[in-house]
Amino acid sequence: MTELTQEIAVAERTKRRKLPEAWFAWMLVAPAIIFIAVIVAWPLAETIRLSFMEADLGGEEFVGAANYADLLDSRKFHETVVRTFYWMFLSVGLKLILGLIGATLLNAAIPGRALFRVLVMPPWVIPIAIGCIGWLWLYNGYFGLLSGLGQRLGILDGPFEFLAYKQSAFYSAIVTDVWVGTPMVTLFLLAAMQGVSRDLYEAAWVDGAGRWYRFRRITIPQIMPVLVSMALLSAIWTFNSFEIIWILTEGGPRGATTTLIVDTYKTAISNYKFGEGAARAVIIVILLALFSLIYLFFLNKVNRKYGVK
Amino acid sequence: MMDRYTIPQKIGLYIAVAIFLTFILLPFFEMFMASLRPLEHLFRSPYQFWSEDFSFQAYSDMWETVPLLGRYIFNSIYIASMVTAITMAFVVPAAYAFARMDFPFKSATLGIFLAVNMFTGAVLLIPLYRVLRTLGLLNTYWAMIVPGVAFLIPTGIWLLRSYLEKIPRELEEAAYVDGASRLYTLRRVVLPLAVPGLIVVGVAVFIGAYAQQFLFAITFNQTRELQPLPAGLYEFIGYQSVTWNEMMAAALVGVLPVMVIFLFLQKYLVAGLTAGAVKE
Repeated sequence: MTELTQEIAVAERTKRRKLPEAWFAWMLVAPAIIFIAVIVAWPLAETIRLSFMEADLGGEEFVGAANYADLLDSRKFHETVVRTFYWMFLSVGLKLILGLIGATLLNAAIPGRALFRVLVMPPWVIPIAIGCIGWLWLYNGYFGLLSGLGQRLGILDGPFEFLAYKQSAFYSAIVTDVWVGTPMVTLFLLAAMQGVSRDLYEAAWVDGAGRWYRFRRITIPQIMPVLVSMALLSAIWTFNSFEIIWILTEGGPRGATTTLIVDTYKTAISNYKFGEGAARAVIIVILLALFSLIYLFFLNKVNRKYGVK
Repeated sequence: MMDRYTIPQKIGLYIAVAIFLTFILLPFFEMFMASLRPLEHLFRSPYQFWSEDFSFQAYSDMWETVPLLGRYIFNSIYIASMVTAITMAFVVPAAYAFARMDFPFKSATLGIFLAVNMFTGAVLLIPLYRVLRTLGLLNTYWAMIVPGVAFLIPTGIWLLRSYLEKIPRELEEAAYVDGASRLYTLRRVVLPLAVPGLIVVGVAVFIGAYAQQFLFAITFNQTRELQPLPAGLYEFIGYQSVTWNEMMAAALVGVLPVMVIFLFLQKYLVAGLTAGAVKE
């Protein structure tokens, strides 16, 4: 074969491959899309439809935007929205800080590192509902370790029920949420840190850069893409964190731990007000979509700054 | 040399690790302590750290209080395994397409997958219940498997796509030049190279499936024999009394099989995530 015919043959093969590429790609993606459409999109459409209905066990009646109007007028709902964002920012912030500290510790070259890495994982690996049983007992004022220890050390005068007061219940729930979410953040940041080229550190070290300088100027910029995408995922999950609050406090005491998702569940499932619950669900989706868009805009900027595609 | 620490630095590091791990492991310690206390001692105030009557009695009694306990543990693992297998079957081809091919509406489709992350089961519970009823899946294993799969597909695609993008394209191009078809290349060139990534994504999906059974189980399934462990544990909240010590014992024993599996896989997990992070 001459060079020319060979080239033509390659070109033809490329063409044959190129032509059905879009079709082939769609065939690969289609099963996942169809599945999601049935199990997520259909219920979502149904939720939007329900949100314009006065719906309960008795039946449905079209009421227009009344459900939304009620929510926008309700001061209690405004407080819930604010509380949910406060819950999300505080919890995600703590998860990222603790995750960063944890990953740095587990990345340090000290004996026992492999064991420590294993010991960090359990909260992530076990079912959330089971971890919460442990926390439920820890927070118990009479039989729990925290209250017992506090009294022994003289910090507390008597038994303290962590979940019985508005403030302490909210922050206790945050602590548990952080406990559930930190290991995964730690693991992903650790993986990102290990992906940073050693050459960079060595070059900096030769130039006399200290540990803190290397962390700030090499580690942080290098793991930034992972850090920001972890932050978004973590924010969405924390916003919708349901089981932890439900098992610990069911949104109480007096609504102190009621976030949007708990409010939605209470309205729709506990009180059978399907229409009003659906309106809340739609608002959750809208708020999260807005938040994500703003965040992704910010993410693009960060990525460009650090030269990531 | 660069990694060497002075003695005070080392001590500081170990103290920090100890504090971090105390926070992480405290609830497990508390559960273990509670499981050792006899029931009448459990509700004793003020709190006692140690007492003479600690025993492992609860670990044998629990099987009688909740006879189906073994079944619940099995159900949990079975459901999580099925969810993982089915999710991966959807995720692998889709992630490959997103990582390697150009097609119309690609980024829009990817965006839709990401958006699914925003709806947890709790948001869609009522309509989801109706959909599952229409499909005739209520009160079967499928009632807990199907929603689990749907909510894990996006995360799986997202994770695997970024891993696949890091496998050099040249290898595939070489296969095409030799006349290999796309499907053949996916099967014989890409997948073998992606094994570490597949393990990572598989384990992450399994953990997700294992962790999130509670809500679907209490909402979509009334059949006792099919309940997973997190839902089954609530049977210890019985007719007359709550046998908390047995509940704690059952919780710890119940998660043990998965912890052991995880212990073997964690090495690959960290290594796989790391490999995925290496730049081309």
